[in-house]
Amino acid sequence: MGIKWDEFFITGDPLILGSQIAILLTMIGAVAGITYLKKWKYLWTEWLTTVDHKKIGIMYIISAVLMFFRGGMDGLLMKAQTSRPEMEFLNSQHYNEIFTTHGVIMILFMAMPFLIGLMNVVIPLQIGARDVAFPQLNALSFWLFFSGAMLFNISFVIGGSPDAGWTSYFPLAGKEFSPGIGNNYYAVALQIAGIGTLMTGINFIVTILKMRTKGMTLMKMPMFTWTTFVTSILIVAAFPIFTVALALMTFDRLYGTHFFTVSGGGMDMLWANLFWLWGHPEVYIVALPAFGIFSEVIATFSRKSLFGYKSMVFSILGIALLSMVVWVHHFYTMGSGPAVNSFFSITTMAIAIPTGVKMFNWLFTMRKGRIKITSAMLWALAFVPCFVIGGVTGVMLAMGAADYQYHNTLFLVAHFHYVLIPGVVFAVFAGLYYWWPKMFGFMLNEKLGKWHFWLFVIGFNVTFMPMFFLGLNGAVRRAYTYSAESGFAPLFMLSAIGSIVLAAGFAVFCYNIYWSIRYADRNISSDPWDARTLEWSTASPVQFYNFAKLPEVKSLDPFWHMKKKNEGLTLHDSEIEEIHMPSNSWLPIYMGVIFGIAGFFLVFEWHIAAAVAGIGIFAGLIIRSFDYNEGFHVSKEEIHRIENAWRKTEGEVHDHVS
Amino acid sequence: MSAKVDTSLPLEYQTEQDRMNILGFWVFLGAEIVLFATLFGVYGVLYERFAGGPTHKDIFVIKDVMIQTVLLLTSSFTMGIAIFEMRRHNLKGLITWLVITLALGAGFLFMEINEFIHYAHEGATMQTSAFLSSLFVLLGTHGAHVTLGIGWATMVIIQLLKRGLTPTTARKTFIIGLYWHFLDVVWIFIFTFVYLKGLVA
Ligand code: HEM
Ligand SMILES: [Cu+2]
Repeated sequence: MGIKWDEFFITGDPLILGSQIAILLTMIGAVAGITYLKKWKYLWTEWLTTVDHKKIGIMYIISAVLMFFRGGMDGLLMKAQTSRPEMEFLNSQHYNEIFTTHGVIMILFMAMPFLIGLMNVVIPLQIGARDVAFPQLNALSFWLFFSGAMLFNISFVIGGSPDAGWTSYFPLAGKEFSPGIGNNYYAVALQIAGIGTLMTGINFIVTILKMRTKGMTLMKMPMFTWTTFVTSILIVAAFPIFTVALALMTFDRLYGTHFFTVSGGGMDMLWANLFWLWGHPEVYIVALPAFGIFSEVIATFSRKSLFGYKSMVFSILGIALLSMVVWVHHFYTMGSGPAVNSFFSITTMAIAIPTGVKMFNWLFTMRKGRIKITSAMLWALAFVPCFVIGGVTGVMLAMGAADYQYHNTLFLVAHFHYVLIPGVVFAVFAGLYYWWPKMFGFMLNEKLGKWHFWLFVIGFNVTFMPMFFLGLNGAVRRAYTYSAESGFAPLFMLSAIGSIVLAAGFAVFCYNIYWSIRYADRNISSDPWDARTLEWSTASPVQFYNFAKLPEVKSLDPFWHMKKKNEGLTLHDSEIEEIHMPSNSWLPIYMGVIFGIAGFFLVFEWHIAAAVAGIGIFAGLIIRSFDYNEGFHVSKEEIHRIENAWRKTEGEVHDHVS
Repeated sequence: MSAKVDTSLPLEYQTEQDRMNILGFWVFLGAEIVLFATLFGVYGVLYERFAGGPTHKDIFVIKDVMIQTVLLLTSSFTMGIAIFEMRRHNLKGLITWLVITLALGAGFLFMEINEFIHYAHEGATMQTSAFLSSLFVLLGTHGAHVTLGIGWATMVIIQLLKRGLTPTTARKTFIIGLYWHFLDVVWIFIFTFVYLKGLVA
């Protein structure tokens, strides 16, 4: 094993020491606080062992907000470091580690859980179901994601962070050039989280295929359900590639194989191909659900049906198919040759067509609508121009020949932030403002929401717009500093200032959550936005069994039509039947913990300890196999009581949007 | 979530939850196909990169591979009979054929482990060359799946003994059957694209 204990904790950097102390204090504070408030039992029975899709979704979202904070801090540190030429705030090694963890965390531990969290909360409700197809597997997915995320996050205080970029290209990421354990964290933590994501994909495919309520044919599904469905298919098609790539990376680093090494006949470009075979679909795995959220928000606040529903569906399918055949555009400059580059240039540009179709559909949905400018709608409005900038620069990058100029510059960094931030972050903010009342029974403050919106959007543009020009002038990415003579200083400074404004926007968002939890009006309608889809037809916060009587669907926007025709809104006592629900389980969290432990040992290459922990994994699988818990039944009386409680007050609530 | 039972269907399809589990497993097999396809792709890229080490012809012993193939193909057949017995509600027959299937699977594994030991004796290890890395990982992944399948099927047999044939145990048996056939199909590809191709190359 030969572990050097003095290298176990990272020491010597005041920034990291500060974080270590902060982590320790936070942990002590959390444990003490929960003990003082006597909340352990509540936490365990209501949250940690839950299999309820809504609570799992909320846990995903909380983790994602925390990860956004962590990844955002990384971003700010980088912006501080490059704000002036020749700064010595971060050294080159530290900068390498930070852009690596920033990229990984933002994509895999912020964007993914945010969207999967919203999917969890919303999809079963939108299709009129009582849970997902496999509730316990769903909890397992969450805990595996969480376990992987935590393992990845401790790297900077224990053992050292990965530093080969979020793409971790070989040979740099191999043992020869990165002998430390940092890149083991990458290989192992992403593997654990990836398994969880794969399970989510399977779960949602079956849920959407099998659990739609009566009358909801595929072409009557809400758009968010459609995008989630296609995203799930992409997950199942793409994540196993990443599983294999990471496993081979682990073998190369831990067991001396020669998949991607320079020696022994290995091929470094094989990694690049495998990574992007997963990596490009991954971009659409996060973008498609976001498009779905915008579709819901825009239709609701334009008070119209979504324009061009069918073309929306086909463009989603088109994007999904094309996303599998564009991966080479990430390495035009790495020797593929003109024929190959031309092919991938064309496929890449072709993606702009279905995406353009969607853009026009959103615009036409708004046309002649009675638009309500709520916070959620603002995010959708800002998305349109910002994402178009990202898309147009994407088409510029798609041209193989031109890419020789842009490759590896900040132009690219600006491009993908213009895609990912409007395309994902704006979407989850829109989704949060929109579905918050459904999740918690109160709204986020709209006034603070507007502060949040303006600061964030302005900050975002000021941060990333200068990067396009820096990149065109030759500023390379992943470089920790630049010389004064380069003339880059003013734009870098501007960009750093932008990032502070952006951070202020995020701070307002956090304050908004705090403010709303404390002061927001609890007496609101279960349908505060006068919305169109089924999730709004039940209580807010949603009762644990979702629907007392499963709704019946006759058209698109079913709830809208139920309201217009005044049918299916009431519940007669005679319609109430016993409801069967799954029981809580400790196994998913146990599996998360044991995977985390096994992974940790593997990172440190303590193979015996890892094998012992591996036995714990098998034990969990065996226990699961013998588990015949059939769940429980909710009695008619209890349903009656719960339904009465919210349906009675419905007439006396405070209106928000009408 | 409803526990409605439709007795006109085979045992394993009778409840909605069981139908969903089976569909879910098919989707999972889809993911497994991508996983093995990637491994085959990797092997296809690296299979002539010997780095001065042993080549296919130096190490492959076609007789042993044939025996492995026969064992595994037969086990797929006996698994089919097991499911057939299950459809006839013949618990004893089901368990007997399952045990035979697993014995054949164990025989396959035994041969495969011997094969690996033989390779190592020839100086062909995972660390020798890119070709061997990809060979070992492809075969090893398949072998690990077979091992897992044997362990898993043993659990299901215990449950069959304890609980008899119920919709749930029938569904579990059916799913392990699907899994077993899948591994057989993967092996056919390994046999063709690794061994036969290696010998004619
Ligand atoms: C919140 C504000 C954000 C700031 C201030 C920020 C800033 C930065 C900076 C300065 C870099 C490195 C540039 C360089 O190469 O030197 C970077 C890289 C990156 N960012 Fe962000 N970013 C933010 C949000 C996001 C989000 C939301 C995502 C994804 C959803 C994201 C994904 C990435 C990725 C993938 C990289 C590349 C990492 C690598 O080079 O390996 N960022 N970001
Ligand atoms: Cu791409």
